[in-house]
Amino acid sequence: MSNQLLRISGVNKSFPGVKALSEMQLELGHNEVLALVGENGAGKSTLMKLLSGIYVPDSGTFEIDGEPVNINGTKHAQELGISIIHQEFNLMADLTVAQNIYIGREPRVGGLFLSERALNRKARLLFDRINIDLDPKARVGDLTVAKQQMVEIAKALSYKSRILIMDEPTAALNDAEVATLHDLIRNFTNEKTGVIYISHRMDELKAISNRITVIRDGEYIDTVGTAETTMREVINLMVGREISGNQRPEPTTPSNDVVLKVSGLSTKSLLRDINFELHKGEILGFAGLMGAGRTEIARAIVGADSISAGTIELNGKPVKISNPAVAASLGVGYLSEDRKHLGLLLERDVKDNIALSSLKMFSRMGVLDNKAMKSTASTYIDKLRIKTPSSGQIAKNLSGGNQQKIVIAKWLVKDCDVLIFDEPTRGIDVGAKEEIYALLNDLVAQGKSIIMISSELPEVLRLSHRIAVMSAGRLTGFLSNAEANQENIMELATQNSGSSVLTPLPTSSAQRSTT
Amino acid sequence: MTLTKDAAQAAQIASNKKSEMNTRLRASFQQLLAFASLLALVLFFSVANANFYQAANLSNILLSTVVTGLLALGTTFVIITGGIDLSIGTGMTLCSVMTAVFMTQMGMPMIVGVLCGVLFGALMGGINGFLVAVMKIPPFIATLAMMMVAAGLALVISGTKPVYTTEVEGFQKIFALGKSIPGLVIPNAVFILFAAAVVAGLLLSKTVLGRYTYSIGSNEAATALSGVNVTKWTVLIYTVAGTFTGLAGVIATARLNSAQPAGGAGLELQAIAAVVIGGTSLAGGKGSIIGTVIGALIMSVLTNGLSIMSIPQEWQQVAVGVVILLAVYLDMMRRKKAAN
Repeated sequence: MSNQLLRISGVNKSFPGVKALSEMQLELGHNEVLALVGENGAGKSTLMKLLSGIYVPDSGTFEIDGEPVNINGTKHAQELGISIIHQEFNLMADLTVAQNIYIGREPRVGGLFLSERALNRKARLLFDRINIDLDPKARVGDLTVAKQQMVEIAKALSYKSRILIMDEPTAALNDAEVATLHDLIRNFTNEKTGVIYISHRMDELKAISNRITVIRDGEYIDTVGTAETTMREVINLMVGREISGNQRPEPTTPSNDVVLKVSGLSTKSLLRDINFELHKGEILGFAGLMGAGRTEIARAIVGADSISAGTIELNGKPVKISNPAVAASLGVGYLSEDRKHLGLLLERDVKDNIALSSLKMFSRMGVLDNKAMKSTASTYIDKLRIKTPSSGQIAKNLSGGNQQKIVIAKWLVKDCDVLIFDEPTRGIDVGAKEEIYALLNDLVAQGKSIIMISSELPEVLRLSHRIAVMSAGRLTGFLSNAEANQENIMELATQNSGSSVLTPLPTSSAQRSTT
Repeated sequence: MTLTKDAAQAAQIASNKKSEMNTRLRASFQQLLAFASLLALVLFFSVANANFYQAANLSNILLSTVVTGLLALGTTFVIITGGIDLSIGTGMTLCSVMTAVFMTQMGMPMIVGVLCGVLFGALMGGINGFLVAVMKIPPFIATLAMMMVAAGLALVISGTKPVYTTEVEGFQKIFALGKSIPGLVIPNAVFILFAAAVVAGLLLSKTVLGRYTYSIGSNEAATALSGVNVTKWTVLIYTVAGTFTGLAGVIATARLNSAQPAGGAGLELQAIAAVVIGGTSLAGGKGSIIGTVIGALIMSVLTNGLSIMSIPQEWQQVAVGVVILLAVYLDMMRRKKAAN
């Protein structure tokens, strides 16, 4: 019983309106790499934040080596030997590598003065010990993302951690760097330590983990031995739920006219050779894991990010879209996933928000015609069934679903024919989701064309006529709605489209005994 | 296959080394550039007007740098944290009034009065820090309010009249105009500025306080997550800045042998300009004391040189404004290039 390094049981955590974790459990053995997998939003990050002391659980027990512990605060977690490498980096770009790693614990001379030499020596010793190639004096802001990731890892290891948690550590790494990272992990694990490894890349899990714990919708599902399982079985466990019969798109048939054609689109940072066509009256779903490049495609199309290669055609004519204003004038609207920051003026009223993109329409010689704005706003409030006391209501006082409708109305007033929805139902409750779905179906029935990016597979399956699946900046496949299911989407989404340098080890313990 | 991987890694390491070298070269190049612009300005004015490059005038330039320079030194710390301190101008005036009051009306011995004047500045800085770090009032607002409070208090305490310190034996000589090094025309106040700059430079680059100054400005949340008590250090950083304000107040009093209760407003902007010309980023995380010193010198060389060339004061202001824009724009371009 006490031979588990870490044991979590009966953990519950709720946020206002959401139950993030319910009776969660997990066991990490000594000398073990435990993979933790689950769909986006399954509760992995919440669990990790509980372990690192950022959140406090509503109930549940945590035991380290059989001793119950209460983790209060990030510092306490570090003292308990729990280190976490977050998905987003927590680095100070203007400090050097060594300064970042030992921030708050820098070697001092006489209390106040720093010893830079001792600091750099300490860092160099650490890098030798864990076998990382980094220059302690390099400024972190000048490093590549992969090197920054290495700094995060070195920082975590510098705490003499016993339990190391990595949240998608390889999202930004290439294969050689992933191999280096895995060597680091193998060097780290021993009779006293263990690693929890969160990743979506199934080939990696095979290469590095001993067991795989699957969670779904905030609940523990199962733990399987990596050697005894298949990728398909893990995906089945992750996806789990059945899709009910009626959750399929409305029987509208898109025409064959190509509205938007993207060929050979690449960006400097992520996207590689993206080719697809969007038909009139079609909902084209984009599925993929976080960081696969779905949002980047949308941003590249509307000119929010610059493209390094490729062409975009609208209704058969090549267009050059240098910024979102050009996109809007050509009838392409982008509805950001970050509604509150990039979609709405929260402090302004419904009418102002709806008219925002089309102020030219509502002004005469620069003077706004409030009456016209009001009447247009009222039309759309009725049409989209926006629940608001009046067109004068401040946007932030409305619910998420109604805010989303306001953003949609804004682009409809602008008379956009191509609408790109990025996570259209994020943060919206179930009932309002249904209304948004109905609205999307209405829009395509009226001849609009929609690209819908969503991390929720049931949503993609339900609404899309076709589904484009992405992995690591590339399109890995198209599925028609009839042939698509959660399993084959997941398979395409976890396909590592690069080469497969990683070779699974026969037995990881054999490897360790040599170190 | 392992062979090619090794080769690729070796190439990667080599290219990393190269880029690290470049970064360092670029950093020292920036300091050189600021210094070179200062020299170019001096050269230009020397050629343009024979009166400029005279020992007496150069000493004048240095003396006129002292008060703004001291304020700029302190406020460099605050700006590197990503904050701003608008209260240093009138705060300096209040410290000046307090110093004079301590030494005359309260009859403190000179050295005690000076110390109390400096400490009074530290106290004001501490209050700013408390407002910003503990009460979470945005630095712009907190120090704007403090600026008004200080301006008002200076007038109230002095009874809106100058407070003279002519009775205080040796005050002006020791803390401003006396020349301690025989054969040199440079007054004591200038040495105090340079001593203060050395202390500030050491504080910023060699101490824990300096490290956290950069760290907070670079990423406050990450600094806090790393276990640093950001609240405590922010209060301390503003206190340090206030100490320099206090010292500036003392020197200003000594120089005129009186505290002038109505002045000071506007000095904070000159100090901030010097800091920015010196390459410190208002976004926080970047900056240096040597840059600030050069920035302050550029400002006073410019003003002095333009007046010697009989350029009207109105146009001097225009010139300073243009220089600030130019300096910041060039710095931004340089950073952008460095980022690519």
